[in-house]
Amino acid sequence: MFGYYLDLALRSLKRNKALTALMVLAIALGIGTSMTTLTVMHVLSGDPIPQKSAQLFRVRMNVFPDDSFRPGDKVPDNLTRRDVEALLRDARADRQAAMSAGAMVVAAQGEPLRVATRYTGADFFPMFDVPMRYGRAWSRADDASRARVAVISSVLNEQLFGGVDSVGKTLQVGEQSLRIVGVLGDWNMNPRFYDLSNGQFGDSEQVFLPLSTALDLKLSSSGSTNCWSRTNDARAADAPCIWLQYWAELDTPAKAATYRQYLQNYIALQQQAGRFSHAGQAEALDVMQWLDAKGVVPADVRLQTWLALGFLGICLLNTVGLLLAKFLRRSGEIGVRRALGASRRAIFLQCLVEAGVVGLAGGVLGLALAALGLVLVRHQPTDYAAYIHMDLRMLLATFVLALASSLLAGLLPAWRAMQVAPAVALKSN
Amino acid sequence: MELRPILSTLRHHKLTASLLTLQVAFTCAIVCNVVFMIANRVHQISLPSGLAESELSMLKIAGIDPGENSQARHAADLAALRAIPGVQAAVAVDSLPLGRNDSSYGTCANQQAWNRAMAARSLNGVQGCLNPSVYSGSPGELEALGLHLVAGRDFQPDDYVPAKPGYVAANVPSAIVTRSLAAKLYPGRDALGQSLYMGGRPPMRIVGVVENLLRPRLREPGVNQYSVLLPSIPGEPSVTYVLRSAPQDRARVLGSAVAALTRLDPNRLIPPDGVRTYTQIRHAYFQRDTTMIGLLIASALGLLFVTALGIAGLANFWVQQRTRSIGIRRAIGATRGDILRYFQAENFLIVTVGIVLGVLLAIVLNLLLMTHYELPRLPLWYLPIGAAVLWALGQLAVLSPALRASHVPPVVATRSV
Repeated sequence: MFGYYLDLALRSLKRNKALTALMVLAIALGIGTSMTTLTVMHVLSGDPIPQKSAQLFRVRMNVFPDDSFRPGDKVPDNLTRRDVEALLRDARADRQAAMSAGAMVVAAQGEPLRVATRYTGADFFPMFDVPMRYGRAWSRADDASRARVAVISSVLNEQLFGGVDSVGKTLQVGEQSLRIVGVLGDWNMNPRFYDLSNGQFGDSEQVFLPLSTALDLKLSSSGSTNCWSRTNDARAADAPCIWLQYWAELDTPAKAATYRQYLQNYIALQQQAGRFSHAGQAEALDVMQWLDAKGVVPADVRLQTWLALGFLGICLLNTVGLLLAKFLRRSGEIGVRRALGASRRAIFLQCLVEAGVVGLAGGVLGLALAALGLVLVRHQPTDYAAYIHMDLRMLLATFVLALASSLLAGLLPAWRAMQVAPAVALKSN
Repeated sequence: MELRPILSTLRHHKLTASLLTLQVAFTCAIVCNVVFMIANRVHQISLPSGLAESELSMLKIAGIDPGENSQARHAADLAALRAIPGVQAAVAVDSLPLGRNDSSYGTCANQQAWNRAMAARSLNGVQGCLNPSVYSGSPGELEALGLHLVAGRDFQPDDYVPAKPGYVAANVPSAIVTRSLAAKLYPGRDALGQSLYMGGRPPMRIVGVVENLLRPRLREPGVNQYSVLLPSIPGEPSVTYVLRSAPQDRARVLGSAVAALTRLDPNRLIPPDGVRTYTQIRHAYFQRDTTMIGLLIASALGLLFVTALGIAGLANFWVQQRTRSIGIRRAIGATRGDILRYFQAENFLIVTVGIVLGVLLAIVLNLLLMTHYELPRLPLWYLPIGAAVLWALGQLAVLSPALRASHVPPVVATRSV
């Protein structure tokens, strides 16, 4: 039966080519713009680490002294070194890592290179499922002993050592040398959720080393540093500055609840110890809450998406009107089919098949338009431009959206068409 | 024009007519708001900076040695830059309008306001206190940037204080403010000679008022011209040199400047992306807005296009459907003009109902955008213009089908289908 309806639909569409082209074009324009913006949204608001996003928590606190505390202010993202060291000492989470970004000049053989670095702890690697190509990450003992060790990215390994196993070789950082203990596999998180303050999209760092080592060597760190009173060394153990990022892994919701309670207790203890008299704030946000709180999706992109969906809506209204006119104009034909025994359901299905064919054609053309739109997006000078591409899911979504919207547009016209009274339609002919 | 026959025909096509009405309504609502957004962005990207924009070029120098005497080095660099033919002036500055490098300080109009702000532990909402952006530069900054002094005087040589790296000099005696900042801090009074209290420093005397100087980074509308110039000579090894020259000389001057600075010190770092004309800085700052304007224009045109297609398509159908009745009307005496006007009037009626609905929707949509995207209120005069555009669009779209209808010969009436 379906084949017969398809044949009827194609014949009907061929009969009025201009109108068919009009409907296909309208749907294609709507689908093309919607899919372009939805793809951008999909990439920007995607879960960068789906297997663990509910188990990783960004810890934030407000421990400002009273003269810097303003009620109603947002909880600062970063922690003081003092609090970080206390939390690390307690080690109440399954895994935990403090971190900061930095940049330094390294040399192995030949020209020195300026590289982006991350100072963190041994737990960073298992926590964020970082793959290792050679060697392994440093251990917690290395953190404690401020070992002169480093893990490098596969890109840097390619640049410095031509891609061979470089474990055991040394990196020269000024006067100091760091022993390479591991080389990363391909690892890029976009958005780079673990540190959104140093570029939300981009390649991962090239050198990783223990935070304790970086502090020991007085390596410079970059990113936001906020001090509430004057200090000579913002990185000192008791500096009045918030600058360290803190992540915890908590494998079950029960553990997360316990950890949040622990944070509350910690803040209460700090208050009792006289650091501040306000209540203080401490919270743990999981990955998606964290991305949401940092507004990784720009307002402009959201606006574009709404605009594109509005556009699709108007294109659909257009299609509904045209399909309605088209079906009702065929009242005579429908009357004949009804008189010859076709049920209302059959007429309804026949009309929907016709709408679906228009939708699929619009989807194919819309996909081409969306591909064009994405090329334009990739040529924009935004940090996320390079990461925008259509994956299989969005490809399927294009056809689902095209089919669904054309069927939706076909519902009302098909409903009207099936109610054509055969006798009246035949007589009026 | 008699409306009754049109109304009775439309009653037979209620569904189709109301779909078309809805389409016109939504198009009207969206297009009005989109055009308003375009206007806002265009206003944003064309905000004047207060500088002689077309004559300025800049070099951003990355400092290497934090230990050296930066001011001496800057002075030597500036002397070399001024020697380049075509350079009318050269100064060292810490930041520029739209340069994104913004340092703003809590600033109060007088001692009492400052005390009130200290007591409230916040400047926000304290009468007489604002958060202006602070610019500092080497002597001659006003002249080199082309800032227009509307009252008072420029800084004098003994006003200038060298700053330590990373800071604005703490003890400058004087300040120059923008006209809008002066008007806000000292409403109804002359700002000249007043004392400015900024970030716990000794009070600074306002010696001059410039017409305009945009902030390095834009904020909400209305506060973008709150800026203060201080006679603090930048002490940071990293600094921006601004060169003023004739517009057509800019590229050449920039080339010679890089060569001259490299000659002075072959080891220095001049990042290529720091060598730009002011036009490029403005362009880079508003890149996203420019893209967004393009997108908004494209979507507004696309919407109007689709709606016009819809109107034309439906009108075509109606003409085909009513060929017989048109023939009959022609046979009993209707002129071609009557038929033409009939379809035009029908379209006008549908579009008008759509517009009435669309105007209401436009206001609702604007309210939604106001809460979610901080868009200002839609000025009401957009609505009649939007209505006129849609009326014109409707008439244009219906013209060809209506003409076709008017050419239906009366003889059709006598034929059976």
